Amino acid sequence: MVEDVKLPLRQAKPDPEAVELRDLLESVFDRYGVDFRDYAYSSVKRRVMRRVLDEKTGTISALKEKVLADPLAMDRLQVELTIHVTAMFRDPGFFRAFREKVVPALKTYPFLRLWVAGCSTGEEVYSLAILLREEGLHDRCRIYATDVSDRVLSKAKAGIYPLSAMQEYTRNYQQAGGQHAFAEYYTADSDFAIFRPFLRDNVLFAAHNLAGDASFNEFNAIFCRNVMIYFNRSLQDRVHGLFHESLLMYGYLGLGRSETMRFSSHENYYEPIAVKERLYRKIK
Amino acid sequence: MIVIGGSLGGMKALRVILKELPATFPLPIACALHRRREPDDLLSHILQQDSAIPVSEALDKEPICGSHVYIAPPDYHLQVDPLNFSLSIDDPVQYARPSIDVLFESAADAFGPAVIAIVLTGANHDGQRGAARIQSRGGLIIVQDPETSESPVMPQATLDATGTRHVYSPEKIGAFLLKLVVPDTSKNR
Ligand SMILES: C[S@@+](CC[C@H](N)C(=O)[O-])C[C@H]1O[C@@H](n2cnc3c(N)ncnc32)[C@H](O)[C@@H]1O
Repeated sequence: MVEDVKLPLRQAKPDPEAVELRDLLESVFDRYGVDFRDYAYSSVKRRVMRRVLDEKTGTISALKEKVLADPLAMDRLQVELTIHVTAMFRDPGFFRAFREKVVPALKTYPFLRLWVAGCSTGEEVYSLAILLREEGLHDRCRIYATDVSDRVLSKAKAGIYPLSAMQEYTRNYQQAGGQHAFAEYYTADSDFAIFRPFLRDNVLFAAHNLAGDASFNEFNAIFCRNVMIYFNRSLQDRVHGLFHESLLMYGYLGLGRSETMRFSSHENYYEPIAVKERLYRKIK
Repeated sequence: MIVIGGSLGGMKALRVILKELPATFPLPIACALHRRREPDDLLSHILQQDSAIPVSEALDKEPICGSHVYIAPPDYHLQVDPLNFSLSIDDPVQYARPSIDVLFESAADAFGPAVIAIVLTGANHDGQRGAARIQSRGGLIIVQDPETSESPVMPQATLDATGTRHVYSPEKIGAFLLKLVVPDTSKNR
C-alpha cells in the first residue's frame, strides 16, 4: 500500500545560498571587472560549489573573501566558470546541413565573412575551414574566431589536438559529408595531431566578450553553438540583439543542437533553414 | 516538480510509470536517463507511445510547464533553473551525461521542498548525491523497489543514502504520484 504524505508541492523555495552567490558574482565584477552575473544559475552554482570544495572554504561567502584577497584564487574561479568542452564536427548533421543548405547560397557571394563566436580551443573553426576548403570557398572567406578567454584562443591558434580524439573526429567528419581522408588535414606525432597551417590562412583569432563587447563587423554567417546555454535569458536576448545587428540580410545563424530561437526575443527575425540542426536565416 | 533518474532498464520502468498518469497530471516531470547517443528524438518518441502527457526533449531555456514530460537530450546535462531548464555540455559526471545528480541537485536548488525525486533501476550510483540533497531541502524521495529493478544497484544506493520509506514497483510509483498530486482522481480509480 502507498502511504499518505503531505507535500508543499507548489511552494518552491528559492535556494538559501542564492543571496551569497549573487554577492560573490557582484563582488567579482566590482573588483575584477569579470561578469558572470547573467550566466545560467544552475551552471554557475554547480561550478562555484566545486570551488568551495577545492578551496576548502566551506561557504560561498568565505570563497568570496578568498577570491577578493587572492588573484590566483580568482583565476581558478574564472577557469572553473568557463566551460570549454568542444569537438571537431560536433553534431555532424549540423555541418552536413550547412554544407547542403547554406554553402550553395554562400557561393553566390564574391567575398564572405563568417564569425565563430565562443570558439573555445578552435576545433569548430578548423572543422569549418575544412568544409569551406572542400567547397572551394576558403579563398574568398575570412573567418573571425572569437572567445572571451585568451587561454583557449592561444590553443586555437596552435591547432594541436590529442591524437586519441582523431578516431571520433574522423567519424564525425565522414558523417558531416567530408570528401577526403580526414588524416590529410593533420600531421601526427606520437600523441598529437597537428593541423595543417593553411587551414588558418584566412582565420583571425581575437578576444571578444559577448556579454559586453559591441558588434565589430557584418557577417554572412555566425556560428554560436553551446555558448549561450551558459547564459540566462536576459543575456541571451542581448547576444541575439548583437547577432542580429551583425548579420547581413539573409545571413545565417547556427546554434547548438539543444538551442532554439523559439524562446528568444528575436524569433521573428529569422526563418528556420534546418529546424533540427538549428540553422536559421535572418529575414528582417 | 518531479525529477526522475534511470539507467540500465530505466526506460522500461519509466514507460510503466508514465502509463499510470493522465494527460492532466499537473506537475512538470524532468527525466535524465543514461542512454547511448541515438539520432533524433527517439527516446521521447518511444516514451510518448505509453504516455498521455506530452513528452519531448528539453531545449535550452525552455520554460518549465506542468502536464509535460521533459527528457534530457543525449550528451547534455539537464539542469533546472528557477524558471526554465538550462542545458550544459560540461564533462560527464561519474561517466554520465546526462547526469542524474546534476539534474537532481539543480532541482533541489531551484525548487527546494517542492521536488519529488524518483530513482529507477540502474547499475551505478548516479542519483544518490542528488537525492540526498533534495531530501535535505525537504523534498520527497521515491526509489524503485530493488527487487523489481533490472539492476538494483542504483535504487539501493539512494535508499541507503536517504532511508526513504517510499520504495515501490514502477506501477505503484505511478499510483502513488497520482494519489499524492491529485488525491481526488485516485480515489475513483
Ligand atoms: C562549451 S564551449 C563551446 C565551443 C564550441 N562553440 C562548440 O560548440 O563546441 C563555450 C565557449 O564559450 C566561451 N564563452 C563563455 N562566455 C563567453 C562570453 N561572454 N563571450 C564570448 N565567449 C564566451 C567559453 O570561453 C567557451 O570557450
